[in-house]
Amino acid sequence: MNATADIHRDDMASKFGMWLFLFTEMLLFGGLFIVYSVYRFRNAEAFHLASEELSVAVGTINTLILLVSSATIAMSITAVQKSDKRLSLILLGITVLLGIIFLVNKYFEWGEHITEHIYPGSSILSLRGHGDVLFYGLYFFMTGLHALHIIVGLIFIGFTVVAVSRNRINSGNYVVLENCGLYWHLVDMIWIFLFPLFYLIT
Amino acid sequence: MEKTEKTKDHIISYRTYLYVLGILIILTLISVSVTSIYLGPLTVAVALIIAVFKSSFVLRIFMHLKFESRLLTVLVILVASLVTSVIIITLLDYIYR
Repeated sequence: MNATADIHRDDMASKFGMWLFLFTEMLLFGGLFIVYSVYRFRNAEAFHLASEELSVAVGTINTLILLVSSATIAMSITAVQKSDKRLSLILLGITVLLGIIFLVNKYFEWGEHITEHIYPGSSILSLRGHGDVLFYGLYFFMTGLHALHIIVGLIFIGFTVVAVSRNRINSGNYVVLENCGLYWHLVDMIWIFLFPLFYLIT
Repeated sequence: MEKTEKTKDHIISYRTYLYVLGILIILTLISVSVTSIYLGPLTVAVALIIAVFKSSFVLRIFMHLKFESRLLTVLVILVASLVTSVIIITLLDYIYR
């Protein structure tokens, strides 16, 4: 313990670094939201009709799943701070499980569209007009990029689970877990905007 | 050093997180039910305002911004306003072209 305490560590800088990365992520998705709003403005009718085909129920369930998973990873930090390793691991496990359920829902959701020949580059989709092609192009790209972030987040959480169980993340040194949480919350926050834009605004 | 130690060790209670989760779930259900009523162009505004509310809770409590250096909050606001202003300027360009 004494040896680790002597090593220079700057948690503040580490968190700032993570935030700077999160800012680039916000700008990345921000750019996509600009593309979305312009195409939506120019193809209001087609976007309106196409978004009615998405299942609000599945979207709502996925939103709730991500919100709960955000709360569990946040609480796992409290558990580590209170040196409650077991509870922290349970909460991280729940977070991973919820992330996987989210992806499974997404898989079935996408699968349904694809069996209906709705996917980028589909000849049947292109018959439906420019607006639909743009809507589904953006839908698949933005939710796909988001799902990719979920996968990266799950891998990141997986590393922290190992670190917590080996006591490398403990009540005296948990900045990695905090950064992991920040990333997961950002992914949650992006979904908070994706959900109304694709599923609700009909 | 004393100061950074203090901010670093701020422990948020489980209960606070659960309250915030409750608020977020209620806001989600509100946005789903409100947008199912036809409000015309207002639907977009209502859905986005609720989304902004939700993300402010995520940022302040889940992401601990409330307890971190003020500089981070300023940076987050700057990035958020950059994205929103570019969206607004682009849309104004398309509307009045």
